[in-house]
Amino acid sequence: MAKDGIGARVIRKEDERHLHGRGRFVSDIAMPGLSDVAFRRSAVAHGRIRGITKPAGLEDRVFTAADLTGVNPILANSGIPGFKTSNYPALATDKVRFVGECIAMCIAPTRAEAEDVAEAVGLDIEELPAVVDSLDARRPDSPLVHDEWGDNLFLTTAVNGDIDDLAKTAPVKVSRELNTGRQCMHPMEGKGVLAYWDFQAGQLVVYTSTQVPHMIRTGLSETLGLDQAKIRVIPPDVGGGFGYKCVLQPEEICVAWLAMTRRRPFRWIEDRREHLTAGANSREHHYKLTAYADERGRLLGLDAEVTVSVGAYSVWPFTACLEAAQAGGNLPGPYDFRVYRCKTFSVATNKPPFTPYRGVARPGVCFAIELMIDAIAREVGRDPMDVRAENLVQAAQMPYTNVTGKHYDSGDYPESLRMAAGLIDVAGVRKRQASGEPDGRRIGVGFSTFTEQSAHGTKVFASWGIPLVPGYEQATVRLTPDGSLEIRAGIHTIGQGLETTLSQVAVEELGIAFDAVRVTLGDTASTPYSTGAYASRGMVMAGGAVSRASIELARRIRRIAAHLMQCSEDSVELKDGAIYSGKASISFADVGKAWYLRPEQLPDNVDTMGLEVTEGYKPKVDSGVFTYSTHAAVVAVDEDTGQVELLDYAVVDDCGRMVNPMIVDGQLIGGAVQGIGTALFEESPYDVHGQPLASTLQDYTLPGAFEVPRMKMGHIESPSPYSAHGMKGVGEGGAIAPPGAIVNAINDALKDRGVELTRIPATPERILEALIRAEEKTASEAVA
Amino acid sequence: MKPVDFDYSAAETVDEALTQLSGADVKVMSGGQSLGPMLNLRLVRPSALVGLAATAALRRIEDASGAVTVGAAVRHAEFEDGKVPDPAGGMMQYVARGIAHRAVRTRGTIGGSLAHADPAADWVTTLTTLDAVLTLRGAAGSRDVPMTGFMQGAFTTALRDGEIIESIRIPKRSESVRWGYYKICRKVGEFAEAIGALVVDPGQRYCRVVMGATDGAPVVLDDFSRRLAAEGAAALSGLADTVRATLPDANPVSLRQHEVALRRAIQQVYPS
Repeated sequence: MAKDGIGARVIRKEDERHLHGRGRFVSDIAMPGLSDVAFRRSAVAHGRIRGITKPAGLEDRVFTAADLTGVNPILANSGIPGFKTSNYPALATDKVRFVGECIAMCIAPTRAEAEDVAEAVGLDIEELPAVVDSLDARRPDSPLVHDEWGDNLFLTTAVNGDIDDLAKTAPVKVSRELNTGRQCMHPMEGKGVLAYWDFQAGQLVVYTSTQVPHMIRTGLSETLGLDQAKIRVIPPDVGGGFGYKCVLQPEEICVAWLAMTRRRPFRWIEDRREHLTAGANSREHHYKLTAYADERGRLLGLDAEVTVSVGAYSVWPFTACLEAAQAGGNLPGPYDFRVYRCKTFSVATNKPPFTPYRGVARPGVCFAIELMIDAIAREVGRDPMDVRAENLVQAAQMPYTNVTGKHYDSGDYPESLRMAAGLIDVAGVRKRQASGEPDGRRIGVGFSTFTEQSAHGTKVFASWGIPLVPGYEQATVRLTPDGSLEIRAGIHTIGQGLETTLSQVAVEELGIAFDAVRVTLGDTASTPYSTGAYASRGMVMAGGAVSRASIELARRIRRIAAHLMQCSEDSVELKDGAIYSGKASISFADVGKAWYLRPEQLPDNVDTMGLEVTEGYKPKVDSGVFTYSTHAAVVAVDEDTGQVELLDYAVVDDCGRMVNPMIVDGQLIGGAVQGIGTALFEESPYDVHGQPLASTLQDYTLPGAFEVPRMKMGHIESPSPYSAHGMKGVGEGGAIAPPGAIVNAINDALKDRGVELTRIPATPERILEALIRAEEKTASEAVA
Repeated sequence: MKPVDFDYSAAETVDEALTQLSGADVKVMSGGQSLGPMLNLRLVRPSALVGLAATAALRRIEDASGAVTVGAAVRHAEFEDGKVPDPAGGMMQYVARGIAHRAVRTRGTIGGSLAHADPAADWVTTLTTLDAVLTLRGAAGSRDVPMTGFMQGAFTTALRDGEIIESIRIPKRSESVRWGYYKICRKVGEFAEAIGALVVDPGQRYCRVVMGATDGAPVVLDDFSRRLAAEGAAALSGLADTVRATLPDANPVSLRQHEVALRRAIQQVYPS
């Protein structure tokens, strides 16, 4: 390993500016003449717009859909047959379809004044019955979100395994109905966009807090009708994304349109209330599952119906079908069974559109299948850990193609379970559980194992038929005249440390000093096209591209160096920050200087390609490299209050070759904290009228430092056979497993009480309610 | 989420504050930890705010023989940090330590919390349990209102237009005082779902059990308090019925939370 290369725990390049508060986010950008934008949003979930009145004297400060001439609605269709189209207008036209939908855009010198204007806009909206519950929405008599559809189904899909025969013969049958709450993902920085017209470049310049700058340029071009060459998208520092910032937002279109037509700077900075009520929705699933197993709990088949409440519109470019497609495809999880029937319903509801959220559907499916494994184990009277271990795909079966055709490339799934059990000392926990707690709380232990299809590429996205399919990821590397290295890639860093890890890959290939590497990401004017940072693809894809470009650059450097040192190219080695041939050495600066400043030193037959290389990359098999992981949770449940304390938590992960193990741990811990939120705290409830009940962070509970235990980390490194350096993605995985592990642990703790929770978040109220119901049942049985 | 346009001035004296408060739509700010978010959400739309958090007369702390009197602008952190003399076995210091987070405690004031009268806040229940008396001051002069008569419902108090809380007098308890306090929160720093509080002072023949974080003002459980004083832990057997009778409309989960909060508070004094 090169010093500071792949595998080194290098301190992140990003940390210094962020720790000193010197990062530059959209809202840090000052500009003369900048106007603030505020939106007047719908206060009703479903309604017909009868009229919008601009306040007298302020007509030139207010814009409605009628003013946005030439602006196209967001159109995100899937190519899957049967998919129904939703036109998502930047500003509402005939109907409003969720609380928070933008109706009018208002401008003023400050945000407070813009809000004054927004308040003064008159709205005449005829309220319609709201479609709130996704199962109700499937009924034939339901009100319609999109009148012209005739129903509320964006899409239904079906996998038709032959489950009926199995149903007749299987010795064990376990059925459950499970629910996951609607959630709102919470990057520390919300959305923000600032746009102005650059007269010198003849370009609309859009600073936006995004994971996918190049895609946003494409999306703005399509919606605004402006050539892509006339649009430059610059992502400044981005304070987290988690998926919320990988779709084209109506507000981005609106602000860009203002700058394009007014030729002045405008900005909109999302506030937390807008964030909670109008955006960032995800996770709400309903499952009806029946699992068939043998007497030992060996899973034979699964019959599933998955309903996803995707909200009012299809988001660009990932569409309204991504969630259900992922759910149906990933529900079988890491398990070895061959009969699977699954029907999915992507249901339109009067709620904000789903945006992909870290793990996309997999926190839900992992929760669902993991609860089923434990339910089967209880049914057959065995320890869930043993039943899980026997059902997992075994190491000897690798590579393994599962019942939905997913190609698991490498790894030892049962070993991750054994390691996690060891980290929490499961034998010790069982002993403690049996002896009882001095404070009367009940102890429980739970596990959750999953695979994470990461860096899934062309083949997978093409099969979903979404508007933009990722292909070859590109990166540019350039040696400067003084021998330092510039990396340019179109992907963006949103907190995941790509400036550091891409540098490490270059260091590995070029032997150049880590501090000599500078990374520029995302700016569409200076980086090659990338579909961006999502789907745990950054390291595999952009890392692979940097690797490939660096290898080519190394070849060119060796060639010039060989001439300068008068040796053969084969004898030139790049290592430890310099260039060697035997005992002779020159610096990278010598090579840079020769090419750029002293070309007379080079021979006439010099390679004219120079010291700047752009290369494209995708893995040999682009259906995804499969990371896998087991989480283990130990909980104490207070039966009097329903409070759950996480006593211990372990994460064992295999993301192939780790480029920076410290960053891997950071990703896993951060993700797991979000997963703890999903399991125990976070929910955006809606009332029957479609009103969001969590509109501030007082109502929407995020886990805090006190609620998160110190996590124990374990790693397996099974390199993927398909990717550069055997890397697999790790960005999302941490968030996937906690609900399964934690709720399994709660159910383990309460199994003697006849209580089994099937809904997340497992709040104290829900736990207490279940316990009270069980008490009443016991009491009435005693009377009977 | 920005407030409406308003004026702000910090009052140097109580008289100055009262003069300013006579204007239309003028609100008091004393710490701003609840008012701030309400302003930003435009749930409150004042024409002007009068700042009381730095008004010297409201920051006084007096330690007299029968009571500790604190000005309304004394901050939660000052109780937490032991800067206020202790009237009752350290109860106020303990409670202060559990109010929201330290950042809130360094700005939030006891008077601000009482005037806001959020049922789930700590001081309204604690000061009811301690039988505190508030001195209210308006243009017409001062008047004393006991805590039990001050909070009239959720976010509703005995304060009249133009009146402010000047100080809070907390009776000193005897050496034999014991207290219990237990609150059930969603997580650390959140407002309570249920609060159980009690103060038992055999030396003063005082026993008061209070149920807090209900839908309205804290409820003094008079009969139960008498039984507890007489019977000790044995009185716990009647707790569930007491809670049910006191909160006839509450759902089973809420009833259980209140019962548990009270039981655990009582058990701090009477281990069973």
